[in-house]
Amino acid sequence: MSTVDNIKEQLSRLQSEQRDSGLKNIRQNALNAFDKMGIPNTRHEEWKYTRISALFNQDYQIQNGQPVAISAQDIDAIRLPGHENAHELVFVNGVFSQPFSKIHPNQELVIIPLEEAANNEYASIVSENLGHSSRYAKDGINALNTAWMYGGVFIDVKRAKIASHPIYIYHVTDSRTANILAQPRSLVHLNEGSQVQVVETFATIGMQSSFTNQVIELVLEEDARLEYYKIQNDAVHASQVSTTHVRQRGKSFAHTVTISLNGNVVRNNLNIIMEAPYCESHLYGLYLQKGNSHIDNHTLVDNVKPNCYSNELYKGIMDENATGVFNGKIFVRQDAQKTNAYQSNKNILLSNNASVNTKPQLEIFADDVKCSHGCTIGSLDKEAMFYLRSRGVTEKSARSLLMHAFADDIMEHIKPEAIRQYVDKLISERLEFDTI
Amino acid sequence: MLSIHNLHAGIEDKKILKGINLTINRGEVHAIMGPNGSGKSTLASVLAGREHFEVTEGTVEFDGKNLLELAPEERAGEGLFLAFQYPVEIPGLTTTNFIKTAVNEVRKYRGEEPLDAVGFLKLMKEKMALMEMPQSLLSRSLNEGFSGGEKKRNEIFQMAMLQPKLAILDETDSGLDIDAIRIVANGVNKFRNENNAVLVITHYQRLLDYIVPDYVHVLYNGRIVKSGTRDLALELEEKGYDFIKNEVEAV
Ligand SMILES: Nc1ncnc2c1ncn2[C@@H]1O[C@H](COP(=O)(O)OP(=O)(O)OP(=O)(O)O)[C@@H](O)[C@H]1O
Ligand SMILES: [Mg+2]
Repeated sequence: MSTVDNIKEQLSRLQSEQRDSGLKNIRQNALNAFDKMGIPNTRHEEWKYTRISALFNQDYQIQNGQPVAISAQDIDAIRLPGHENAHELVFVNGVFSQPFSKIHPNQELVIIPLEEAANNEYASIVSENLGHSSRYAKDGINALNTAWMYGGVFIDVKRAKIASHPIYIYHVTDSRTANILAQPRSLVHLNEGSQVQVVETFATIGMQSSFTNQVIELVLEEDARLEYYKIQNDAVHASQVSTTHVRQRGKSFAHTVTISLNGNVVRNNLNIIMEAPYCESHLYGLYLQKGNSHIDNHTLVDNVKPNCYSNELYKGIMDENATGVFNGKIFVRQDAQKTNAYQSNKNILLSNNASVNTKPQLEIFADDVKCSHGCTIGSLDKEAMFYLRSRGVTEKSARSLLMHAFADDIMEHIKPEAIRQYVDKLISERLEFDTI
Repeated sequence: MLSIHNLHAGIEDKKILKGINLTINRGEVHAIMGPNGSGKSTLASVLAGREHFEVTEGTVEFDGKNLLELAPEERAGEGLFLAFQYPVEIPGLTTTNFIKTAVNEVRKYRGEEPLDAVGFLKLMKEKMALMEMPQSLLSRSLNEGFSGGEKKRNEIFQMAMLQPKLAILDETDSGLDIDAIRIVANGVNKFRNENNAVLVITHYQRLLDYIVPDYVHVLYNGRIVKSGTRDLALELEEKGYDFIKNEVEAV
């Protein structure tokens, strides 16, 4: 049986088990959608340069009640700096693990299993928002996550509260004994006027292949404020499709930074849906790839209503045989007059074999808007190299200084000090290590 | 200290330097003047090790070493400094961070211990005062958004920090008002001593009123066609380059 058929069979079996009522319908619809669409191949417009179908030529184990062999030490090894003060949510092989998670007692937010939320007082929020991403990610991989929505998390940040602890989400994949397909799912709801910081990271433990197909949906009610950081520094045998879908109600503010430093095939979908006037969003991304890694950042800013502002800057440094994709969509609907939308993608290629495919995609249906986009692909500035070297800086340090300088205007947007220092250290190690 | 013998250099098929001979001893100040495009910056770049110029003939000896064999950073380590005609802007790299790296890498090259934070700060304070550099300039990205004068001052500040044996100043005075010229000249004069040397490239006598040269050379069409004392600079100021051109063409 093929991997995909095997997945479908398991899904149908799970679905017939009647595990809970609240999510049954949405899963079933997604299962039907997956059945129809399957894993996207490169004929799919949005997957032209990112080949994930080949990753399904091998078998994967999917978490479904099997005992997990993860230990507390395994988790300790991957904690992010500043974790003492953070709510730490641990997903193991895609399933939320309460024993490994640590939630500080607080009055500001609620963190519960998604299944529970779908069946209690949060049911209407869940049914209104869960799966909204499927309207934008019209492909089987998104459907697959939804069809396999067991062990997800729901977070509700209370009205007008500022979360005093950031939320760290660890996606841990244990591929020590088998190839693992992990499909974490979360829904985060920021009530009116609330604020929270979310940091997500990914770690594969073990040498077999891992494939994480993750979806997080975040809903910002009026005046809510989100800071969201995604840090991808997983193993070279770890692939992922990671979808971050943000719905913004009026005057809300979203600040996102995506840092991608390693992995096999990494595809990020970042959707910002500005559903009401006066929303503001910032999208920053930094990718440093080498070896045979592939990084694909698909971003979408959908301006539905007038007077929204978005600013996007993605930067990449690609070495060796690494390949990259940047696809930045900006939609400005007819209603969305006075939209301000800016986008820029800048790349440095350090090797002749590295490549980036960058494509801005602006679809504008309103007439009174300010939109701009630009992209560059180049090598390290030779004049700058010579300038630094003429002052006694070795070639190696000069390259490292220039790459740091290039990354700097992304780094400065990582606001939590501990996380910024952590990422800075990772980057320094990488740059030291990479330069000749 | 520096001895250039029959130096030919160019870029692709274009010959730019066509047999330069020049000797600079410690304690001396030399000035090179010459019309636009005569090869002044090319000479400076070749000495500093800019890779895209190809040296086709000749030798350059710097303190007994074959300069042309060294990488740009090694030349800096040996004590060569070039103040750029057009300093490069590097967004994201602060001047302080850059100069600290440079100072310590040069020290390392010379087998000296790196300066600690206190020592570095002390040195920097001293040179900042000398060049009348505000702190705010140093915490900004290197040369980014600096005015023309600030960029040139920053070049001389770096020279003062690195204490080279030979400083080549490529049109450090161009675009500067008289106050800024005075600051730059003062920086250079404080730096001068009997063990180092300065090569000033300029179009104007006015800088040489402040930095008084021992020798003045005229570079024309890739060759030094005339050398003399500071009087030559005054003569050039008076007569323009045409008299040189006429002399050369007459030969
Ligand atoms: N990168 C380059 N590629 C091609 N030609 C060059 C390059 N750099 C310099 N040249 C040429 O070499 C010649 C000498 O240039 P150079 O910059 O050395 O002149 P200069 O004497 O410094 O002039 P200026 O007084 O205008 O600064 C000029 O004809 C110039 O066009
Ligand atoms: Mg010049």
